[in-house]
Amino acid sequence: MATVDLKDVRKVYAGNVEAVKGVSIDIADGALCVLVGPSGCGKSTLLRMVAGLETITGGTVSIDGKVVNEIGPAERDIAMVFQNYALYPHMKVYDNMAYGLRNRGTPKDEIDRRVREAAETLELAHLLDRRPRELSGGQRQRVAMGRAIVRKPKVFLFDEPLSNLDAKLRGQMRVEIKNLQRSLGVTSVYVTHDQLEAMTLADTLVVMNAGVVEQAGAPLDIYEKPASTFVASFIGAPPMNMIPAGGDGHPEALAGAQTLGFRPEDARISTPAGEGGLTLAAVVEAVEPVGAESFLYCAAEGQHLVVRVAGRSGANIGDKLTVTTPREKLHWFDKAGRRVSA
Amino acid sequence: MSPRVVFPNKILPYLLVAPQLAITIVFFYWPASQALRQSMLKEDPFGLRSRFVWFDNFERVLTDPNYLNSVKVTVVFSVSTAFASMALALLLAVMADRVIRAKGFYRTMLIWPYAVAPAIAGMLWLFLFNPSIGSLAIGLRWLGIPWDPLLNGSNAMILVVAAAAWKQISYNFLFFVAGLQAIPKTLIEAAAIDGAGETKRFWTIIFPLLAPTTFFLLVINTTYAFFDTFGIIHAVTGGGPGKATETMVYKVYSDGALNQLLGASAAQSVILMVIVIGLTAVQFRYVERKVHYG
Repeated sequence: MATVDLKDVRKVYAGNVEAVKGVSIDIADGALCVLVGPSGCGKSTLLRMVAGLETITGGTVSIDGKVVNEIGPAERDIAMVFQNYALYPHMKVYDNMAYGLRNRGTPKDEIDRRVREAAETLELAHLLDRRPRELSGGQRQRVAMGRAIVRKPKVFLFDEPLSNLDAKLRGQMRVEIKNLQRSLGVTSVYVTHDQLEAMTLADTLVVMNAGVVEQAGAPLDIYEKPASTFVASFIGAPPMNMIPAGGDGHPEALAGAQTLGFRPEDARISTPAGEGGLTLAAVVEAVEPVGAESFLYCAAEGQHLVVRVAGRSGANIGDKLTVTTPREKLHWFDKAGRRVSA
Repeated sequence: MSPRVVFPNKILPYLLVAPQLAITIVFFYWPASQALRQSMLKEDPFGLRSRFVWFDNFERVLTDPNYLNSVKVTVVFSVSTAFASMALALLLAVMADRVIRAKGFYRTMLIWPYAVAPAIAGMLWLFLFNPSIGSLAIGLRWLGIPWDPLLNGSNAMILVVAAAAWKQISYNFLFFVAGLQAIPKTLIEAAAIDGAGETKRFWTIIFPLLAPTTFFLLVINTTYAFFDTFGIIHAVTGGGPGKATETMVYKVYSDGALNQLLGASAAQSVILMVIVIGLTAVQFRYVERKVHYG
């Protein structure tokens, strides 16, 4: 069991490319911290620095209160699950899981016990004699997990572990990872670019962009109070609608606010906005029914908006609608894109 | 299964393979069948008449101690050459793989020796190790190591192996570098996290994953040592001293071209052909199957 603390961590690559620009995150013992952001935001680099696969240009990475900057990956007592699983193709499943224990001189019967135990947990017991190429994507994913858990490390690191799986399997594995992490209680850092994965898995969610942390906190707090336009558009699907503040039917803008945002699920159609709410005249451009809900793509004030309505929508392309949002569901952002609060 | 493309034209496909077929027939099947025929003929000393003798030539060749010696020489020479050139190439490839700056420059420089013709490579080594004028031979003598490939059979063998292996290192290097590059970096990283040190990573991860490359090179190098080293041996030792470096291929040449023992020489060619076919078949059947992981 361990905490992971990053203090002002920076990474500068050759040619003065700054990939990570001073990131500080404290991860509590047993917590699952998800780093999310678009590709190139530095989240993977950050994870690799925690793993010891990248040198740290500045700042400190501590595991369990001990600075590990100069310690190799093997001695950090971490386990990592890679995006492509990185299973050893020439070894059987059993040996893939036992490899790390053998390298550390664990007694044979102890290795056997732990591997079989992990295989049991992950429903791999019948596959121990197979080679990775004989397994399906989901099974490979489990072996990669198994390789991590047999070691009983202080920290799990996940580098987009589900992105090579199909959508259905991804959802299933997501739940399994969450349950496994919770039952083992191992502190984990999880990198993904999938905001749904991030929202559902995280105890602490860290939204990164261009090498800096945009916002960190509990997933729903971030969803309800995005700290910037970037976070607002990155977390939530479809993303938050954003329009310049001060148009017709707009409530009075908060001091300094330039952009007004509202989520598709908070928008209403033909319902009075109420005191201080937003009212927009919109034209339907497209209708996307997905079963339980429908998304109406509309144009208003020269902007494109998305409105979510429950169930079937009677709207057709070209229909004129009144889109409203109550006051408490509006988000305000200043010129720099930072959140403005009342 | 890739979809099968069917050409409507019935003649065109044959026309397209015809040149390759012609080359194979003219330069392989025809000489091979000639050798097969010749190996069962016995010629008189003046080449006026020849007699069909069935397997007499083979019998004579296989009971000839000189021939058995050449088989032994060939085995020692081929195994040493293949092993030395592959081991050194692998070492260089692993080193070059770790170079970060000017990687391309190192690689190019290491590949260049492949462009040297075998006979020239042989001459190069002959001069370097010539007991009276070779700069490296002088160094050996200075170190107190007796060195005379002109008189000592083992020295001569070491010299031809060195020349032959040196020539092949670049080729092997190229393939090993490519093989190393094909190993996903995350595997190495996973092994590092799994607590394997550099040496251990090499032997438990990298080396097994290079097996397909190593197997391919083993086939190529064995064939090379068997057949393509004639020029080197001819230039460096001429098969001597005694018959210490007379490989089977070299003996085919000295018996056939120099001593005009056409029947014996042809029989040896046929034996060589059978050996190569057998060797390749065994390698592909039993070894290749075990080295591909997919």
